[in-house]
Amino acid sequence: MSSSTPSTPYVANKPRDIPSAEALRARIPGWGVDLDPKDRPSYPREVFDPAGTGAHWDYPEEQQGREGRERSIEHGQLTPVFGTSAPLHGVSGSIRRYAYRYGEGRAAHWLILLAGDRVDAWGAHLRSFASLRPDNPVTETGILAERRRHGIASRVGRKRVDVNHLWIDPIVVAGPWVAATAGAALAARAIARRARR
Amino acid sequence: MRAMVYRGPYKIRVEEKPMPTIQHPNDAIIRVTTAAICGSDLHLYHGLMPDTRIGHTFGHEFIGVVEEVGPSVRNLTRGDRVMVPFNVYCGSCYYCARGLFSNCHNVNPNATAVGGIYGYSHTTGGYDGGQAEFVRVPFADVGPTIIPDWMDSEDAVLLTDALATGYFGAQLGDIVEGDTVVVFGAGPVGLFAAKSSWLMGAGRVIVIDHLEYRLEKARVFAQAETFNFAEYDDIIVEMKRTTDYLGADVVIDAVGAEADGSFLQQVTGTKLKLQGGSPVALNWAIDSVRKGGTVSVVGAYGPIFSAVKFGDALNKGLTLRMNQTPVKRQWPRLFEHIRNGYLKPNDIVTHRIPLEHIAEGYHMFSAKLDGCIKPLIIADPS
Repeated sequence: MSSSTPSTPYVANKPRDIPSAEALRARIPGWGVDLDPKDRPSYPREVFDPAGTGAHWDYPEEQQGREGRERSIEHGQLTPVFGTSAPLHGVSGSIRRYAYRYGEGRAAHWLILLAGDRVDAWGAHLRSFASLRPDNPVTETGILAERRRHGIASRVGRKRVDVNHLWIDPIVVAGPWVAATAGAALAARAIARRARR
Repeated sequence: MRAMVYRGPYKIRVEEKPMPTIQHPNDAIIRVTTAAICGSDLHLYHGLMPDTRIGHTFGHEFIGVVEEVGPSVRNLTRGDRVMVPFNVYCGSCYYCARGLFSNCHNVNPNATAVGGIYGYSHTTGGYDGGQAEFVRVPFADVGPTIIPDWMDSEDAVLLTDALATGYFGAQLGDIVEGDTVVVFGAGPVGLFAAKSSWLMGAGRVIVIDHLEYRLEKARVFAQAETFNFAEYDDIIVEMKRTTDYLGADVVIDAVGAEADGSFLQQVTGTKLKLQGGSPVALNWAIDSVRKGGTVSVVGAYGPIFSAVKFGDALNKGLTLRMNQTPVKRQWPRLFEHIRNGYLKPNDIVTHRIPLEHIAEGYHMFSAKLDGCIKPLIIADPS
């Protein structure tokens, strides 16, 4: 048998090293002002109060421009109001529209949307090279902040665990472009060789 | 107008965009004065959130001045200074009528599993955000509130998400007097969650991170005990040890999808996008809370599956509580706490960046450079 007294949680009443309410109140401004769980703003979670939201409609008037707006098939209808930030277009738009054939519970829905995102980005970068404002990886990645915001001093000797995977970021950002460039170069070389034969 | 636009993972720029227009009778157009970059904006920036489109403007934390209102708007007029909750919501659907403003069913056609959020991809409705000179605000009679004269502008912008979410996270923990509360993440939401835990009667508040400068802020701003998980072989064992092997009564995950601490989870979750984020903090929360305890999740995760240790949650009989914050429900109480001096939100602001320099601001915040905790975006220097 052990000579020491078993401590919590091996016995029911735990002697905890918690300061008294008076001590906490003296040290922490406002300690305990929301002590009563039933007097907190999100208690109870659901409070039926449609008159208290500011809405003066039972169902909102429907926004115009509804035709062709993609929607989740888990919705019974297009919502009365929606965002118009970046309507579907081009190849990425077709991919994304295809994704919306799948419900939100299906991995295919989200993975196809992510594929559409990448195609959208690559297409936008390529189009930018034919514009007056081509993409600039230096300014758009904000990488100059490394110098202006003490990139080395912020990391070295700080025991930051994110330093372990820092090397992956340039691969994620530039890897697809390097791979595409290498692929294009190989394809061009193959075509040139075939033409010489 | 000038606006931040997304150009692909890790790439953004400021460019000219058309002025937003009234598209619904209850819309307002807001001239943004101050916005903020949120930790969850980094999920978009890193390409983690599905259906983030090129040309989209981010920004769900902003305040400004009413520029124009639609014909059915009653509560706002041109020139009003307003703060806008990050939730886009109608005020009249099944969920809004019950106070679940963040779960509104009338504003996001792209998904039913999440409500509407400004500047947060088409998965949350496709609304442009406030990291711009102007922004469209739907349901102007429901969400925006006139900023009280006594309120500091920076406090107001922090109320639109970070403070409200930290405070909501502490509420989800159902803290009772004397509880030991562990907060994973010493970013803005974690700092506010720690501070709010005291208001709800916590007996100990412990904050965990790997960034020493943020832990220093947690000690000073939130009067919390701190642990740097990089200094321990197993932070879960350390949490057991410091709680006499009981575990914490409440654990709050204020990290979300980009948690560090596991190389495998980081690579699969945030680099390769094979998960809806890296659930390291959530798994640590599940493992460091005591049996029968409560885990509160306010860190944001993507819609794809994540490798969560659900068996431990079951076997320990945990209560898991989570949601996007219904911001406006928190405001009246938080206004009181700020006015009484219990909370001083803008103590956590570290950087104020002109809109034109936002790309460097994102990199600085993402890479955690220069002691960055909370960067604000100054859209209108006047």
